[in-house]
Amino acid sequence: MKIMNRRKFLKKAILFIPAVGVLRRLVGDAHGKATAEGYDPANHLYGMGIDIDKCIGCGLCIDACKNENNVPKEPFFCRTWVERYVIKKDGSVVVESIETGKEKGRQKTNEADILRSFFVPKLCNQCENPPCVQVCPVGATFATEDGVVLVDSKRCIGCRYCIQACPYGARYLHPETRTADKCTFCYHRIVKGLLPACVEVCPTQARIFGDLKSMASRLVRFKRTKRIHVLKPHLNTEPKVYYASLDGEVR
Amino acid sequence: MLNKIPEQIRRLSVVLAVVIAAVAIARYVVLPSSLIDTRFHRESTVQREVAKNIQFAGASVCAACHAEQAGKNRVGYHKTVSCEACHGPARAHTEDPSIKPTKPKTREFCVFCHGYDASRPTGFPQINPVLHNPLKSCATCHNPHDPVPPEVPRECSACHAQIANIKTVSPHALIGCTSCHSVPAKHKVTPRSVRPTKPQARDFCGQCHAKESERKDAPKIDLPTHGGRFLCWDCHYPHRPERI
Amino acid sequence: MSEELTQKLSELLREVTGFIYPNEVEIHWSILIVVYPYITGLVAGAFILASLVQVFNVREVQPTYRLSLLTALAFLLIAPLPLLLHLGHPERAYEIFLTPQLGSAMAVFGFVYLWYLMAVLLLEIWFEYRQNLVVWSRQEKPPMSWLHAALSLFSRDISERAVEFDHKAIRVITVIGIPSAFLLHGYVGFIFGSVKANPWWSSVLMPVVFLMSAIVSGIALVIFLYMVLTPLRGAQIDMKCLDKIASYLFYAVIVDFTLEGLDFIHRLYESEESIKILSTLVTDKLFISLWVIQILLGMLIPLAIMVAVKSLKFNDELRKLFYFVSVIMIQLGIFATRWNVVIGGQLFSKSFRGLTIYKMDVAGVEGLIVALGLLILPFIVLAILLKILPPWEATEAREGAVR
Repeated sequence: MKIMNRRKFLKKAILFIPAVGVLRRLVGDAHGKATAEGYDPANHLYGMGIDIDKCIGCGLCIDACKNENNVPKEPFFCRTWVERYVIKKDGSVVVESIETGKEKGRQKTNEADILRSFFVPKLCNQCENPPCVQVCPVGATFATEDGVVLVDSKRCIGCRYCIQACPYGARYLHPETRTADKCTFCYHRIVKGLLPACVEVCPTQARIFGDLKSMASRLVRFKRTKRIHVLKPHLNTEPKVYYASLDGEVR
Repeated sequence: MLNKIPEQIRRLSVVLAVVIAAVAIARYVVLPSSLIDTRFHRESTVQREVAKNIQFAGASVCAACHAEQAGKNRVGYHKTVSCEACHGPARAHTEDPSIKPTKPKTREFCVFCHGYDASRPTGFPQINPVLHNPLKSCATCHNPHDPVPPEVPRECSACHAQIANIKTVSPHALIGCTSCHSVPAKHKVTPRSVRPTKPQARDFCGQCHAKESERKDAPKIDLPTHGGRFLCWDCHYPHRPERI
Repeated sequence: MSEELTQKLSELLREVTGFIYPNEVEIHWSILIVVYPYITGLVAGAFILASLVQVFNVREVQPTYRLSLLTALAFLLIAPLPLLLHLGHPERAYEIFLTPQLGSAMAVFGFVYLWYLMAVLLLEIWFEYRQNLVVWSRQEKPPMSWLHAALSLFSRDISERAVEFDHKAIRVITVIGIPSAFLLHGYVGFIFGSVKANPWWSSVLMPVVFLMSAIVSGIALVIFLYMVLTPLRGAQIDMKCLDKIASYLFYAVIVDFTLEGLDFIHRLYESEESIKILSTLVTDKLFISLWVIQILLGMLIPLAIMVAVKSLKFNDELRKLFYFVSVIMIQLGIFATRWNVVIGGQLFSKSFRGLTIYKMDVAGVEGLIVALGLLILPFIVLAILLKILPPWEATEAREGAVR
């Protein structure tokens, strides 16, 4: 009896040993420096400010983001998008996501009916307390030390629990990789001192990017001088995307 | 000794031992630690993320070669507009100058930002593309690197399209802008540094709307009692007062 | 990107009402995720029915004891399949064991599942069948004798003391098993109930409602199987047993109905930010599946039937017919419950301003055919299990002894 089990065990062991080598090779090259030279994530904490009074709804940010980050061009996959709010005199609210390209959605509401109207850029809020990270079963999404929530596209199993858990609709399943994808604040740019693509192209500086750990950053100045609100504060996600002049109708 | 333990337990413990041993071996011997090491996964994700291609070079890179345009752009009304907002991603161009970035020439492009849209913030320069010099390229009159009105605008509506638009449907439609605002000539050249005046006191509206006024077609109020200590425009929007 | 997907999403976009975030056009958890909690619910329910015999000593239910255990096992073996097929990368599923992120309700799935399969269900079945397996392996010819010997782990001891030990072991396992079954399905409810971003899901009652509906569906399934299988093998349906199980089903449906009613009233009374969009959801998109199938067909009519059966003295044949009909209606109702939770929760935008629609694929991995296949598969597994581990003989023998 026991001998049989031992034999089984040995057989298994023999099968396993070549597998070890294969697996090790699959995992590939060893540890290396994580980011650009001289960059220490411990010294940074990134956030974004959005000045709604300045957004003109031109949609350049959406195009730039798709361009920079290999986001599918179709309007169903967005790392960032811009919503148009039209609050009418009868109290009804019409919201639409503006389309980029030639048909940049001209507002259709009769102007005489408008009480107020404005644009709201949206993107991943890079929450301090991210529900998407909490629910990922394999730990493929995580927050970096400098405050950006990333997705490991080599390990994401595509269960889409994070998409369900995100209150802001900021995640989508990338149709090519079949993994969850989202805004990274253009992590590959910011660690090299560049601005995120959407901030770079924003013609009115409605988007302000900066480092919360540096008192002299534009973002900290923005937070000091504006009245700040975040999206869905009651969910306690503690977003790091700060809105100035945010209307109560925005959800 | 062993016989005292029920047979079932003995057999099950063998199975259990095999399972535990297999799991333990798989976990600690067979699998490379990097497969289980979350820190390693995170580091390699960050690495991969950092290694991604940059498409937009950034305005400061452009300025290194295109000093003239950059210098002009920096002081004009387009100072907040980065080069690549109009010219498109230019990283490839910085590495190989023969790859030319785009140069938008059509009216449609400028209209992305400057076409009139009620959702746009007041004061942002907007035109009605149908009425504003149709068929002419924008660049014939406006230098995109330093846009200023080509000539002193005759009409206020050239810049204040939103207000003008609203005013056309309001009871004040026939009142000219200069009836209420006196506009220094310089405002048309440097609009932000020299501003037009605005009415200061209730008496100004009272010229038409006070009970004593001789104007027939304006609704009348008792100026001393109406609205208490508030100014007229605290409640009524002068460009489009509500109809009564 | 595939043309097909673009086409599909553009079609969906045309049917969107109000405003939804651009990433919300596609429903991410499809019919397969409806099938998954439905199947685990059947597992938990069937097991809890089996436990009644052991823990509460309900002798009448004895004839279905082994059947319940095997049913639970058959469905449990299939339960992870819909999850696996639904993944964007099924080949990476093993990661859930290698680097489980323990903060995630879903990460615990692998462990709860294994615990329940290995430590509870397989053990209980092993102890329950061990004596038979030994006897069978001695009487039969190969290869069945080999199979049974191997399944018994080559055990030989069927002395009275050993059999007594089996019974004791089963009782201990059942005591551990009941909370485990609660855990298995309560945790499925928790996966949904803990999503604070989604007001249709986010509720403390969710695990409890899931559990009660699981018990309902599990009991109904065992009744169905018992009523179909018994005549098939030419035996008589034990009406005392059937009446007893049916009355458990009756109480379970009442508790389930009460809990769901409580949940509903609570939402309506609190009337939070999301109430407007949720009322549009239940009165428009979910009208048929919620009010007609889940509530009317799945609960009220079966309840009425069972009240009638309880109060009026029908003869055996009529009772059988009524039970059979209500059991099927209940099954339908519980499936609709899962549908309303899983699909319903994704039909409205998290901006609370609009609704999207779900168009089920027919072919394709996440389509209707696969879903039906996954619902039929457990029955095939069960047929095999019934061949290997016939549940009847011993039950009837023991019953005879009791009488």
